[in-house]
Amino acid sequence: MLQLGVAEPMRECEYSQISTRSSTPMETPYKKRTPKKRKWQAFPGRNKFYCNGRIMMARQTGVFYLTLVLILITSGLFFTFDCPFLSVQLTPAIPVIGGVLFVFVLGTLFRTSFSDPGVLPRATPDEAADLERQIDVANGSSSGYRPPPRTKEVVINGQTVKLKYCFTCKIFRPPRASHCSLCDNCVERFDHHCPWVGNCVGKRNYRFFYMFILSLSFLTIFIFAFVITHVILRSHRQGFLNTLKDTPASVLEVVVCFFSVWSIVGLSGFHTYLISSNQTTNEDIKGSWSSKRGKDNYNPYSHGNIFTNCCAALCGPLPPSLIDRRGFVQSDTPQPTPPTNGITMYGSTQSQSHMAAATPLMQSEPVILTDEASLPGRTSLGGPCSGALPLGGQPTPPTSTPNLSCDNGMLPTRNDHSEAHHHMDGVHHHFLTPEEAPSPPGMLPCGSPLGHSHTIQGFYNPASQDSLHEDSVRGLVKLSSV
Amino acid sequence: MHSTAQTHSLQDMRQQAAIAAKVFIQRDYTNGTVCQFQTKFPSELETRIDKQQFEETVRTLNNLYAEAEKLGGSSYLEGCLACLTAYTIFLCMETHYEKVLKKIAKFIQEQNDKIYAPRGLLLTDPIERGLRVVEVTIFEDRSLGR
Repeated sequence: MLQLGVAEPMRECEYSQISTRSSTPMETPYKKRTPKKRKWQAFPGRNKFYCNGRIMMARQTGVFYLTLVLILITSGLFFTFDCPFLSVQLTPAIPVIGGVLFVFVLGTLFRTSFSDPGVLPRATPDEAADLERQIDVANGSSSGYRPPPRTKEVVINGQTVKLKYCFTCKIFRPPRASHCSLCDNCVERFDHHCPWVGNCVGKRNYRFFYMFILSLSFLTIFIFAFVITHVILRSHRQGFLNTLKDTPASVLEVVVCFFSVWSIVGLSGFHTYLISSNQTTNEDIKGSWSSKRGKDNYNPYSHGNIFTNCCAALCGPLPPSLIDRRGFVQSDTPQPTPPTNGITMYGSTQSQSHMAAATPLMQSEPVILTDEASLPGRTSLGGPCSGALPLGGQPTPPTSTPNLSCDNGMLPTRNDHSEAHHHMDGVHHHFLTPEEAPSPPGMLPCGSPLGHSHTIQGFYNPASQDSLHEDSVRGLVKLSSV
Repeated sequence: MHSTAQTHSLQDMRQQAAIAAKVFIQRDYTNGTVCQFQTKFPSELETRIDKQQFEETVRTLNNLYAEAEKLGGSSYLEGCLACLTAYTIFLCMETHYEKVLKKIAKFIQEQNDKIYAPRGLLLTDPIERGLRVVEVTIFEDRSLGR
């Protein structure tokens, strides 16, 4: 607003009047001369973009590369050492089928990892102001202390669902959406954040994720079975020890496949159950629609029968990305509220630290409003969450524990509020996230993802879900003592 | 993004009229997660436009979005075909949803040109606001001599 004293073209003047949070010195006459930026460059979430915005991933991609390497090496060894023998002795169809499976696995992996999971763009300043006004009217005068969590209730197909207000994105989250703290985005139909694919799994990439784990199960079983066959056939001729000398790679493949099979096949089974009942991992863990909560508790999103649920999840229409990564930033369109500006209590605690980080940047780069949205989010929040990753994203449900609320695989030290870390929802978590950096020491050695699968108690069995949860807590405690 | 015609009219509007207010039509979740907007008529628009007209616009929009997200034979076919071609088919072809979104963009532009712009209002395509709201910009009424 102070900028109006400076000579500016009429248009900027008029626009500033309606810009409700124009306390930034961003809008200078020079902005038209700066080169046009693409929207992904000004994206406020903690994502990484490649290929000029075409590829979108989470910030931590180390585990994704591990997944890729494991798949490539195991398959590569299979095709190099086992297939020649098998195609001659049995049938050449074996490498062909293996090849098709391998290509499908990689294709679905890349599709899951690189696509937009269904990120909801943050509210524009006008929208946020309008919502704030409505909330203030509803709540009466706010005392300036922590306001009560903002929720709206809506009845969907007979079930009452609470819509929570997201302080970061300044919107009321649609039903089934959740805010991923690792990526700092609200994601539609949020399932979980999977470090193995280096991305969130949400509405737009859930089917690819499912296809990935399903095809990977088949590939793992396929390789396992045929490597064993290979070793057995050779052993008949040469003896076991000679076989091992001739094809040492087979041993490695068997080991990798053996340990992977349990977790991946279990995960596929679990997600098949989720798809057929039209639930997300988030909802299942919290028991949102479980009949234990009440006799009248049912899933309002289910289509009624398994077949329709499966078809809808896998073959339904693919919604488009809402964030338009490759579009150009229009200097006169309202941009999402930067994290530095916050009226709420949460906003103000965060904004103080952000202001400190953001101000030098704001002064040195007299460009459009959106820059301050992207930079502080990356610099100041990058720290606390980065250490939490390796166990944080274990998607397998048995490792999740209801009493740690959404704490999937995090070290269960009760005092560290590490449940703030992914599939979080609820205002409560937002209050904790920036202040409470996870106390577990940095990254646990992630070199043994297969070892980790030991803690997963075999296959997912709906009947023994509770005991599975208990076992997994014990498993986690064991792991944390490493 | 705005089409050229809309941008020009938007620029013209801005040069001639200041923005008095913005009204946001929020999403209606009573039918689940499908994209629907509330048809409740906002009080700020009472002086500018007919209630029936406005509700008709929102209802048509809702129908268009329902068409985009409809589960039926054709959408399943598209999904299966896409899966079989490893989703490469979308390099050449648009998804059904995208086709309907284009229809919606055209509809909104039409409504703006015929009905809303003459009354000093402007509808923003919800896709530009992440399908969260229908933003109605109310411009100051110059005809009243302000």
